[in-house]
Amino acid sequence: MNDILTREEIIAPENIVYERTCLLTDCALSYCPGCGHGTAHRLIMETIEEMNIQSETIGVAPVGCSVLAYEFMDIDMQQAAHGRAPAVATGIKRLYPNKFVFTYQGDGDLAAIGTGETLHTCNRGENIAIFFVNNGIYGMTGGQMAPTTLPGMKTATSPFGRDTASMGYPLKITELVAQLPGTFYVTRQSVHTPANVRKTKKAIEKAFEYQKLNRGLCFVEIVSNCNSGWKMTPQESNDWMEANMFPTYPLGDIKLPKL
Amino acid sequence: MKEIRLMKGNEAIAEGVIRAGCDGYFGYPITPQSEVLEYLMATATEQRTGMVTLQAESEIASIHMVYGGAAAGKRVMTSSSSPGISLMQEGISFMAGTELPCLLLNVVRGGPGLGTIQPSQSDYFQSVKGGGHGDYKMIVLAPASVQEMYDFAKLGFELAFKHRIQVMVLSDGAIGQMMEKVELDDAVPRWSDEEIVKLHPWATTGKTPDRERNIITSLDLNPVKQEIINQNLQKKFRHIEETEVRFEEFMCDDAEYLFVAYGSSARVCQKAVAIGREKGIKVGLLRPITLFPFPSKELARLAKQVKGMQAIEMSAGQMVEDVRLAVNGAVPVEHYGRLGGIIPAPDEVLHVLEQNFIHS
Ligand SMILES: Cc1ncc(C[n+]2csc(CCOP(=O)(O)OP(=O)(O)O)c2C)c(N)n1
Ligand code: SF4
Repeated sequence: MNDILTREEIIAPENIVYERTCLLTDCALSYCPGCGHGTAHRLIMETIEEMNIQSETIGVAPVGCSVLAYEFMDIDMQQAAHGRAPAVATGIKRLYPNKFVFTYQGDGDLAAIGTGETLHTCNRGENIAIFFVNNGIYGMTGGQMAPTTLPGMKTATSPFGRDTASMGYPLKITELVAQLPGTFYVTRQSVHTPANVRKTKKAIEKAFEYQKLNRGLCFVEIVSNCNSGWKMTPQESNDWMEANMFPTYPLGDIKLPKL
Repeated sequence: MKEIRLMKGNEAIAEGVIRAGCDGYFGYPITPQSEVLEYLMATATEQRTGMVTLQAESEIASIHMVYGGAAAGKRVMTSSSSPGISLMQEGISFMAGTELPCLLLNVVRGGPGLGTIQPSQSDYFQSVKGGGHGDYKMIVLAPASVQEMYDFAKLGFELAFKHRIQVMVLSDGAIGQMMEKVELDDAVPRWSDEEIVKLHPWATTGKTPDRERNIITSLDLNPVKQEIINQNLQKKFRHIEETEVRFEEFMCDDAEYLFVAYGSSARVCQKAVAIGREKGIKVGLLRPITLFPFPSKELARLAKQVKGMQAIEMSAGQMVEDVRLAVNGAVPVEHYGRLGGIIPAPDEVLHVLEQNFIHS
């Protein structure tokens, strides 16, 4: 057993193999332990650090669990009204065409109240990135049904399960925006395993790289867990996500750019 | 020699914002103000000054595009008419909460609902009392001529940035559509990105190593801090009340009776004063130019001089409430209004004043 490092040895400078990106602030994350939001934040900030574009990047936070994203991301940020982040980002990008602009939104924000802004911003081909965290539920307000909630899934406002006859079907907005000529790169990823984290990181990097080309909007969906809203442990929620979310929201690229 | 042009009110303000160094216009068509977007598009603002003009998918999107641009320190604006302005209230409230400067134009039409496309002044409460949620005020400018539509573009941006506040030009279908001579001045250049960084250190222009990150948010979940934020906002509004009141007086010096009216109604009343004076009635007109801040002190002063005040509005009686608050019972204050897009005639309003105060 003596090959296991002690706590002191682990944190000794010579043993550090990985550090949190300096673009995440010291503010403790407000997310539930196990939630995917934190990993998604980290990947975006790592990318901005690695590309060295902090001074050229403006982010837009949504209304949802990630409403306080600006507390954690050490870049200039604006907090948008519920669902309006794509319009806010349009306003910034049109006036600063050479800056990097992105929105970070949940599924209620992006695919319910903000559907109009999402579709039209994609359709205009704004040269921004949209990072869309789809957890199939309204996390922040206490686990109500989202447009992305699966059929039969129980939430606070579908206590007997989502009945598609009266409550409609899961909205696959990512497939929808992929249809629009204004989107350049559309992909769906997840952050629940190291391999998936690496793929998502690549997708985020591409979304920023492609922004330089001015060829249209890059849309990265991250299918994620809401262990609190789903009333599961983090591990259960990840297993449930694989078994239930991925069949409806299959991972992978949906639209690849013609470079 | 100044350049003089015959223009519609809506065109005049569009030309005015270009010459005031506006960086971006975001809007959605609605009668009676679509000429603003049309004029900007026809003028090809992007080629002329680099100003961005974008037709948004809705008034909701328009106001949030304005939010994004304003939060990055740019001179931005939108325009609409009543139903569209109702849709913008969410965004206006967010801009109030984040203290973002912008120019808004409401070319008012009669309501409620889809109402009519004819001129009205029935959006006074919405503009002056805070149409969206939360405790806030905007500076509200009421033009009474095409020249003022032009002038208030520049003045509006100046006030907006001076106080970090939303400035609404509250016009109406008559002022927006009518044609008059306008004296144009030289264009103010748009700010460069470097100037914006210097002038507006709060703006989200990208975090550089020499400063902390800039955050534009109206959220603070701590009630103690949120109360302080609100108290500071109120302090700003009180300061604006002290420093930015604007009004115009017409034949008030010896007046025994006073019309109080803004915008189109003030033009009608000015004519009524002329007719009244010919008949030997000592009548004057006070025209508020800023509706917030309201010329309350001046009205209180005049209340010591006149025997009665006649508010004239194309509404069921909205501004009259502020007149009554200012006068505080010192003299009788009466309201007369036409609704649904009807503009009253000068002899009609003079007759009302005579009935209320002279022949009563
Ligand atoms: C106009 C408006 N309506 C409703 C709300 C309440 N609200 C806050 S967050 C939220 C849902 C957020 O869900 P989602 O976008 O899926 O993000 P998550 O919290 O799951 O990350 C709602 C309905 C609000 N803040 N503003
Ligand atoms: S409520 Fe859900 S989405 Fe929100 S932080 Fe907790 S686990 Fe994450």
